[in-house]
Amino acid sequence: MPDTLLISTEALQGLLDALIAKGYQPVGPRLERGAIVYETLSAASDLPRGYLDEQGGGHYRLSKADPSSPETAGIFRYAVGPQSWKGFLFPSRQSLWRARRTETGFAFEPETDDAPAYAFLGARPCELAAMRIQDRVFQEGPYVDRGYAERRARAFVVAVNCTRAGGTCFCASMGTGPRAEDGFDLCLTELLDADDHAFLVEIGSASGRALMELVRHRTATPEEIERGRRAITDAAEQMGRRMPPDAAAILASNPEHPRWDQVAQRCLSCANCTLVCPTCFCSRVEDTTSLDGVEAARHRQWDSCFTLDFSYIHGGPVRRETAARYRHWITHKLSTWHAQFGTSGCTGCGRCITWCPVGIDITEEVAAIQATERAEPLGDE
Amino acid sequence: MASRRPKLAVWKFSSCDGCQLSLLACEDELLAIADAVEIAYFLEASRAEVAGPYDISLVEGSITTPQEAERIRRVRAQSRMLITIGACATTGGIQALKNLRPLDDLVRAVYAHPEYIDSLATSTPVLDHVRVDFELHGCPINKYQLLEVLSATLNGRRPNVPTYSQCIECKLSGTVCVMVSQGKACLGPVTQAGCGNLCPTCDRGCFGCFGPVETANTQALSARLKALGMDQRELQHYYRLFTNNAPAFREASETHD
Repeated sequence: MPDTLLISTEALQGLLDALIAKGYQPVGPRLERGAIVYETLSAASDLPRGYLDEQGGGHYRLSKADPSSPETAGIFRYAVGPQSWKGFLFPSRQSLWRARRTETGFAFEPETDDAPAYAFLGARPCELAAMRIQDRVFQEGPYVDRGYAERRARAFVVAVNCTRAGGTCFCASMGTGPRAEDGFDLCLTELLDADDHAFLVEIGSASGRALMELVRHRTATPEEIERGRRAITDAAEQMGRRMPPDAAAILASNPEHPRWDQVAQRCLSCANCTLVCPTCFCSRVEDTTSLDGVEAARHRQWDSCFTLDFSYIHGGPVRRETAARYRHWITHKLSTWHAQFGTSGCTGCGRCITWCPVGIDITEEVAAIQATERAEPLGDE
Repeated sequence: MASRRPKLAVWKFSSCDGCQLSLLACEDELLAIADAVEIAYFLEASRAEVAGPYDISLVEGSITTPQEAERIRRVRAQSRMLITIGACATTGGIQALKNLRPLDDLVRAVYAHPEYIDSLATSTPVLDHVRVDFELHGCPINKYQLLEVLSATLNGRRPNVPTYSQCIECKLSGTVCVMVSQGKACLGPVTQAGCGNLCPTCDRGCFGCFGPVETANTQALSARLKALGMDQRELQHYYRLFTNNAPAFREASETHD
């Protein structure tokens, strides 16, 4: 079997059937209340067709493509929505253990993970990059998060290259897209024009190759491969935003920049940016008890560095001011993450820009600091 | 040796009773509550009264009359742990709208016989009158949060009642943001979590029933709501709902006079 195949749009159902036959639970984009979200797929017809997204700072709208344009048949012509695969690999709320009082003390019952083997259909290149970043956090350091590692190892990834950029995308400047280089079992590129609609399929792993044995396909021609390449290049050229290449150094050398107070005037400290971020990994742990004190349980749930509780130590929170919290988040994401994990924590997906209710733009904040870091030196105060 | 069950009292001040009903609405857990505590004073559930002092007092309602201002001090004196429940007890409630106008004008406008009315000029939270050990927000309160506060209190631990924004609750449960995806007005970013993101799951913006979040930047949100099409008056009314007297919302509404 060659490395690049071609399947028809009808064969997407065959792909889903093959995944289900192999014991996977397919999850992918679905339309829910005006947005693309990731949910269980039972048939290829569940995939939204003919939808285009419009994204900007604090703004997201889906619209139906013009019925007379080829876009009306498109299946992956929107960029990422509010959710990411993080919700499946690192669930927003998890039970860690339960305990029951006994005559002599407590009996602990560890939670068993009953999550299925997921097949992620439609993971974009920036999302593969996010999974690699979270792999470093959760399973490549000295302490392995067993649940994450198990869910990750079981998952099958069908990536989709981007052939249209979203309004807040900047993956090209982060080196994470719009083409997926690795980190997938299969990778689709949607070929869409007036008289042809099909998908290129790149094989990324042995299990990807085995799966394609079950799906009707043919070898892709060099012309088809070239069409796919051009469509991805178009997406790269559409991106209106870019992250300054030396963001890490800019932030590291400007802890007292006046821009922090300016962004704090606009920042709601609501935590949306951290929760939609596909790499933010912070969690809080809560213990609960039954009324009679006989049973106890420990849960873990997503947390955010924008809450006061997050930095609470004896005497109160360390980062009381919003300026300090915003600075902490963006500096960790783009600068100190390198020292901690060897990569940037940002993939250029643009979610923090779109889903910030007031549209604060991570690229604009870095650029603003860069533009003024030497022009306005700080006084002695 | 059987240890004595803690005595629980439930007190009502100026309120609609909805929050104490949340205790009765704990249907599945009600027997467990009755096992864990002695329900000593709870007129909505039983006419039987056991004299104080009480280990835990749940206080619903705001202070709007001279008699209430006096009675809350007696409740405090008889209570080891005093927990206020609901928007009225924690902020003054919807009735705190009266704080915005001269009392006499309101009384004359509303009552046929104003001379029968003996009311304070303001509706205020319990905390303005006596020491409070814990405040549980909401209009009405969330029964799971009430159970958590009772369970934590009985087991000597800190309750898991978050003070972060409603947005976190929406994101944890996968609710798509109605402000970003539909342009709807929403107080979620400045409102404390706890209701179970009821309104956003019904395609409506948050009304701020749980009061201001720990660090509410109402100015930034107001600027955004104006950009989405709200005028000064609508914005003012938006902050003047069930928790209008909470300082952050009161100040926000005053800037849109």
